[in-house]
Amino acid sequence: MNLKPLVEPDRVHKSVYTDPKIFDLEMEKIWERTWVYCGHESQVKNPGDYHALTIGRQPMVMVRQKDGSVQVLYNRCPHRGVQLVGNLKGNTGSAFVCSYHAWSFHLDGKVRAIPLAAGYEGTRLTRDNPDCSMKRAARVDSYRGFVFASLASEGESLRDFLGEARIAFDDMCDRSPVGEVEVVPICHRVVQHSNWKFFMENQLDSLHPSVTHQSTGISAGRVEKRLKAEQGSAPLYYHYLSTFASSFEQWDAVQTINFPRGHGILKAYMGLRPQDPDTLAHEALLKQAYGEQKAEEYLSRSIHHVLVYPYLSVQSPLQQLRCLRPISPDKTLSEIWHFRLKGAPEAIYRRSLWYYNLVNSPATMINADDLENWTKGQWGLQSNGGDWVSFHRHFGDDRVEAGVTYSNHGTSEAVMRNQFRAWSTYMSAA
Amino acid sequence: MSKSNTIPTAGPDFEHLLAQEVVIEAGTAEGPSGAQRIEPDHSPRTPHGGAAPAPALLPGADLQREVEQFLYLQAELLDAKQWQAWMDLFDAQGVYWMPVERSQTEWEGSPSIFAEDKLLMEIRKGRVTHPNAWSQAPMWETNHLVSHVAIESASEQQIQVRSRFHMMELRRDTVRHFGGSYRHTLVRDAAGALRIRLQRVDLFNGQAPFDYVLQIWV
Repeated sequence: MNLKPLVEPDRVHKSVYTDPKIFDLEMEKIWERTWVYCGHESQVKNPGDYHALTIGRQPMVMVRQKDGSVQVLYNRCPHRGVQLVGNLKGNTGSAFVCSYHAWSFHLDGKVRAIPLAAGYEGTRLTRDNPDCSMKRAARVDSYRGFVFASLASEGESLRDFLGEARIAFDDMCDRSPVGEVEVVPICHRVVQHSNWKFFMENQLDSLHPSVTHQSTGISAGRVEKRLKAEQGSAPLYYHYLSTFASSFEQWDAVQTINFPRGHGILKAYMGLRPQDPDTLAHEALLKQAYGEQKAEEYLSRSIHHVLVYPYLSVQSPLQQLRCLRPISPDKTLSEIWHFRLKGAPEAIYRRSLWYYNLVNSPATMINADDLENWTKGQWGLQSNGGDWVSFHRHFGDDRVEAGVTYSNHGTSEAVMRNQFRAWSTYMSAA
Repeated sequence: MSKSNTIPTAGPDFEHLLAQEVVIEAGTAEGPSGAQRIEPDHSPRTPHGGAAPAPALLPGADLQREVEQFLYLQAELLDAKQWQAWMDLFDAQGVYWMPVERSQTEWEGSPSIFAEDKLLMEIRKGRVTHPNAWSQAPMWETNHLVSHVAIESASEQQIQVRSRFHMMELRRDTVRHFGGSYRHTLVRDAAGALRIRLQRVDLFNGQAPFDYVLQIWV
């Protein structure tokens, strides 16, 4: 399949969002090769704790080992293919046991026992035959507690894959005085009726908020203003919502930084470093832990979102992330997680929790309108009303230095152009 | 015990074997069977259960009916999209809370699907009634049923009542179902009318992936 004619520097063909054959190729050439986020180490605290997930089309299970390491296995019995864990999360004890014929496996996937094993004597199914054990993800690695797996035995390291987007995890963890985060053990899951690319493009699309989210921004702004008039101040979380209604010009001033491999950063715009007593107490803890200079460096990073292309949107200053698990060309599951900064004041957690509850929960006052756009976008792209998707905005006007594209305008479609450069590289690989 | 100790092996001339019968009698083997024999400690089951529901009070028929009618009105106002009238059912400190899990006990500081005081309700109302609330463009309707109304405690100051709901939502051409339990803490205003201090909504299917999102209170 020749995909080259479908992606031009300033526009792409609609079929990359709609064609099931292209979707299958994406699963094969991107998801099932590159490093994919599995979860945070604190999701599986004790030996035998597991969490089920998909990598591309593959059902996998992340499981804590007896030696404390984390392994990622195919959720599949090698005997007849039955999935070994039937729930999203749990503890499997010291072994996986198949519900069909009770083949059992150690936590690292190696076969442990098979009933009436003498029945295999003289056959080629021996204990050391790999077909006798659960298959493992080819590579598993983690970065600051965030676990990734790759189903390809060859390829770049996790560090190299993440590249500059490592800042997502550094920025989150460095806000803890002990440099670590812990997952809030609740995952919101929302199905988007659109191709996964809509979400990834939208995250750094600064032209859409004041249009899409106007209703919430204005409504929240009205209450925020009244509170300020009545009592002098309003909690920060009103501002989370009201900033969405900023003007086009204000949004145009929020720069994006676009890295190789499709990763990117939307710079900060919500004023998440107020000077209230809670913030100051938190900052004092960080200064104590890291010294004045380092703490200042950590706190003054200008980040709203970091994208790890093609599936992760990390809001490090608010300790949350959304992970995409594509289901089909027009269906995408998003997993929404929140983290606590270890050792940080409870107030800091509670402040970010408001964002999680108001913006990222399944009753979101923000994403409701995004999802509506993407659903209609998917339907529109399936029509014959046109063939191309336009990314011409500020084409030729971006600043490129050492492979990194800086938008001169926040609303530049440099974001999408950069993502499709990465897409083409992945998809054209042999 | 089987009638024959040797399990017949099927071969080319197996037909004569069909005359032989093997009967494995259930539960007669010594010791555990199945997966338990391989892995005695293993259980794939998720924890389940919970406390048995508290018995309902049998207050005077008047209170039971007053509370029932109040809960029906709450649901009907939502179906009628009478947002302000619905919000007015809440006490000044009233809170609408939909936790993620039943085990949660505090509406603040807890990951929630909804966690709204009256100011946040006002923002949500302002949002869905704004002319450019894009997600409100498609036709949508809801239909609530409320049942199993059980008053758990009642004093002059406060009434605790649990009930069940089922909400159907039609949006464009799609119907979604949401079911679950309400737990209301009710108080009385100066005029003696019932008001909601806390409406806790435990969504029965809140752990399943949401197909799209919830835009308005359930």
